[in-house]
Amino acid sequence: MANKLIVAPAPHVQSDRSTALIMRDVVIALIPALAVSTYVFGADVLFVTAVSVLACVLFEYLIQKFMVGGPLTINNWSAVVTGVLLAFNLPASIPWWIVVIGALVSIGIAKMTFGGIGKNPFNPALVGRVFLLLAYPVQMTSFPTVEGCDALSGATMLAAVKQGAVGFDALGIRNLLIGTMPGSMGEVAALALLLGFVYLLWRKVITWHIPVTILGTMAVFAFLVAMTRGGGALLWQMPLFHVLAGGALLGSIYMATDYSSSPMTVKGGVIFAFGIGVITMLIRLWGAYPEGMSFAILIMNSVVPLINKYVKPKRFGVK
Amino acid sequence: MEVLFYTILTLCALGVLAAVILYFVAQKFRVEEDPRIDEVEKMLPGANCGGCGFAGCHGMADALVKNDDISSLFCPVGGGECMKAVAKYLGKAAAEKEPQVATVRCGGTCEKRPRTSQFDGTKSCAVASALYVGETDCAFGCVGYGDCVEACNFDALHMNPETGMPAVDPDKCVACGACVSACPKHIIELRKKFPKNRAVYVGCVSKDKGAVVMKACKAGCIGCGKCVKTCPFGAITLIDNVAWIDSSKCKLCRKCVNECPTGAIKLVGMDPLPKTPKVAPAKPAAAAAKPATATATPAPVAAKPSAAPVEKPVAAKPAAEKPATSEEKPQTPVQETPAKEAPKAAPAAEKTEEK
Amino acid sequence: MRTFPIGGVHPSANKLSAGKPIEVLPLPDVVNIPLGQHIGAPAVAKVAKGDMVLTGQLIAEAGGFMSANIHSPISGTVTAVGPQVNAQGLRQPMITIKREGDDWVETIDRSETLIKECTLDSKQIIEKIKAAGIVGMGGATFPTHVKLSIPPGKKAEILIINGVECEPYLTSDHRTMLERGEELLVGVTILMKAISVTHAVIGIENNKPDAIAHLQKLAAGYKGVEVMPLQVRYPQGGEKQLIAAVTGRQVPPPPALPIDVGAVVCNASTTVAVYEAVQKNKPLIERVVTITGKSVKNPRNLRTRMGTPISMLLEAGGGIPENTGKIINGGPMMGRAMVNLESPVTKGCSGITVMSGKDAVRREPSQCIKCAKCVAACPMGLEPYLMAKLAQKHGWDSLEENMITSCIECGCCQSSCPSYLPLLDWVRLGKQTVMGRIRARAAAAKAKAEAAKAKETEAEGKK
Repeated sequence: MANKLIVAPAPHVQSDRSTALIMRDVVIALIPALAVSTYVFGADVLFVTAVSVLACVLFEYLIQKFMVGGPLTINNWSAVVTGVLLAFNLPASIPWWIVVIGALVSIGIAKMTFGGIGKNPFNPALVGRVFLLLAYPVQMTSFPTVEGCDALSGATMLAAVKQGAVGFDALGIRNLLIGTMPGSMGEVAALALLLGFVYLLWRKVITWHIPVTILGTMAVFAFLVAMTRGGGALLWQMPLFHVLAGGALLGSIYMATDYSSSPMTVKGGVIFAFGIGVITMLIRLWGAYPEGMSFAILIMNSVVPLINKYVKPKRFGVK
Repeated sequence: MEVLFYTILTLCALGVLAAVILYFVAQKFRVEEDPRIDEVEKMLPGANCGGCGFAGCHGMADALVKNDDISSLFCPVGGGECMKAVAKYLGKAAAEKEPQVATVRCGGTCEKRPRTSQFDGTKSCAVASALYVGETDCAFGCVGYGDCVEACNFDALHMNPETGMPAVDPDKCVACGACVSACPKHIIELRKKFPKNRAVYVGCVSKDKGAVVMKACKAGCIGCGKCVKTCPFGAITLIDNVAWIDSSKCKLCRKCVNECPTGAIKLVGMDPLPKTPKVAPAKPAAAAAKPATATATPAPVAAKPSAAPVEKPVAAKPAAEKPATSEEKPQTPVQETPAKEAPKAAPAAEKTEEK
Repeated sequence: MRTFPIGGVHPSANKLSAGKPIEVLPLPDVVNIPLGQHIGAPAVAKVAKGDMVLTGQLIAEAGGFMSANIHSPISGTVTAVGPQVNAQGLRQPMITIKREGDDWVETIDRSETLIKECTLDSKQIIEKIKAAGIVGMGGATFPTHVKLSIPPGKKAEILIINGVECEPYLTSDHRTMLERGEELLVGVTILMKAISVTHAVIGIENNKPDAIAHLQKLAAGYKGVEVMPLQVRYPQGGEKQLIAAVTGRQVPPPPALPIDVGAVVCNASTTVAVYEAVQKNKPLIERVVTITGKSVKNPRNLRTRMGTPISMLLEAGGGIPENTGKIINGGPMMGRAMVNLESPVTKGCSGITVMSGKDAVRREPSQCIKCAKCVAACPMGLEPYLMAKLAQKHGWDSLEENMITSCIECGCCQSSCPSYLPLLDWVRLGKQTVMGRIRARAAAAKAKAEAAKAKETEAEGKK
């Protein structure tokens, strides 16, 4: 033993799950939804996703290299996650240059301005999406038509229902679950998203609290509204519809659980998730937009520092 | 046109209303404070370093105004001048204090003190020293992760990559004491600041016995006590196996520097005394006169001429570089040789120094 | 199956030496006995250079209430009393003894016969434990007699024997429970008598089914003694966690102690030492030490005299492996890395873990991603990410508000961090600083009160 002994304070074991591995798990969890989306909307999906991912990684690299300095973090997969999520929030038919602008806003404004991974107060992909929604409303809300959903003529289910064009039961549950309906690339495939959720839970990347609370809150909210609207079949149709349609699953499982823009404690997470559920339903039912998930998450993101300050974990030995 | 007019009018009315409200609120919630506190705060340097013992300059100003006796309060940054001005303004007696400078009392450079382990924890002196002895075998010396550098608000401390130790920039140091309290090993001391940043100090705080010190570090104080006997001013004391020079008594005569067998006594800003006797060796004993230049001599320039019997003008240029950074001759075992010659040196030097 | 309520992690167990029976390490030629082997005041040396001592003879006496006696582990001549370098490279007072044979003090019963009967009363038992210098052998080294002396106004309701050994790699308690089950159970009855309780629980994690089965069979013959299997989860061996797992009661934050919820916890090896002290008059001079590590040729459990140089243990394990990086006194979660391999085995040394190659080096830390895994892992319900940040920024008051003094330094946070941040380095520093501030405040308050009192009495005197 020629070398000097190494000395460090305890503990002397470290996690075998690095940041990069965790981020890679998120990407893996998104693959089923990507596959279903490609099946529904065609090869455009892969193109948009590739552009988004490449643009996000490139912008992170450029900003770190030439503006903020510090160690490069593109190898930790977080920019890839942002890229995939951003793409999942766009229609498959969107022009590539809008995707690049979205990536610039996501990485350049929402992430790197605040110090990069772990320091962004808002979910970068959602900031990008909302920016594009406001800047390019036409392109962002023109969805390719999907076979078998002719009644919707390119509008999302949420929009169609909101306009009163169709009822909650216009599409069968089968369509809702598989995702054969117009919408953003990643949001339609409910079953695939749930599969990814199970994978994330199994890999202990996230806990169930935030997604389940959001979906539960939305379902209960919808149920109560259905009661005031006469009950009957609505009592189960409306909650089910709101949980499966639109971005509810994508948002609650993959966006609201973003580490740095969600609370640090389970208790805080539940409060945060409850807020998202309520705001989403308020926007969906009475707001100007048919979908409110992204706004709800961003609004609740802004409350996270406050939640972290006041909601402390259950301390051992304190009643 | 009318719309524009009404808009401007409304805005003006709102402005006036807000002003009135603000005025009354300000009146209602006004905090009564001695206006002198603000004035004194302006006179203070505004570094908010905490060197005075208060959280910031405002706290200090508050104390200066409220206490009748302010002789115990002193702003190390502003120094005597600043305190005098404040005292004059307040009509109180100011504290008198000599200017001081932070001094790193460790000579355990990378070269003098071999690393025996590798620290893999957080690079913080506090963390490392709470855990174990440190990367070297010396339990008293500099740990070298720069807690003091981090504590310094005045850019006066920097890690020297060559020595692995912090170096003080005496021109920037304001003696606020932040580094002194940041150092977990307590090796930094505030010492009297001599003109031209000259200094003589013991660069070691090891309380270990001589043999242990020597094993861990080639530049440590072994507590031999030679310097104590040599000092003509009684400025050196030996406590717990380590010598300490009282900077208020030290006259920078530098006799101790040549006396020190390990070179633990550091000399800054001056050339060392010549080793070979100038005239008659008055004192027969003393001084390990080996290839001259005490290992301690920091000024590399001194290495050559020291052998020459010519006395150098002591007013010497203050060494351009930090003394700690200069390369030191590796210790040779020659120090044991009884070739004793007394450098009964330079009374002239002393005089020059005193000015 | 029960476990503690908050946090916890599952480090790989790596109990390499679980199947290895306890063997006896040959006696060392020279031992160094530190005077401070326990929490509290160091012991005071009772021997001087040149003195002859017998095995088991008292060589240093407790230096206060919170302190413990120390006995000679071998017989021979005291060659030095003074500072020696300890495992952390720091100098610490120690007694050095050169061995000459192995002559025991006569009063010690060295036979193997099991003595079940104990006629002593509570006070006598505690006195004997104190005399034998027994301290917690799980690593905390809290003097056992202090733990057993229930303060007035408090009442013990349950005795918990800690057979959890949740620390990875270590197996000394496991082997002791298997091989010295009878002694352990008699020890339990003695301890029950000492603190006058009728119920004792031996908590063992479920990854030691052989020990559970063995002790359950034996415990059938003892009234009030129950063996409780527990879920495998680190840090279940922590005193507070074990009490919560067994009784469901949570010890309030410091300065509260386990006795405040009526529990007294004692480590399994310590219980065997109590048996030996009370029934056999044998002081604490030897213990079982696990020598382990993935690269160690022959991981094993060794009965070792105190003061044996650790290098001897490493030799017994097959020598120091080629690519050794770290040698840890204890297990990998809470053990301390050593620099001096000649340092001695002490009362709290339950194992030596050798870490090699990549395992020995920390990985490069990166930015915190706020994944909250540290918060979820903390068994005390604290927020390590926040405390580490506050400690770096010297936010001592804020740290105190966030209950940093509750931290048990188990290392769950740091070992679960995907960014490899040195969380516990900072938290530990913050805790030490905050504790210092609390102590300083208490001292200042005390001084103030005393000054006020003195003034009062002075004023009265004047009247």
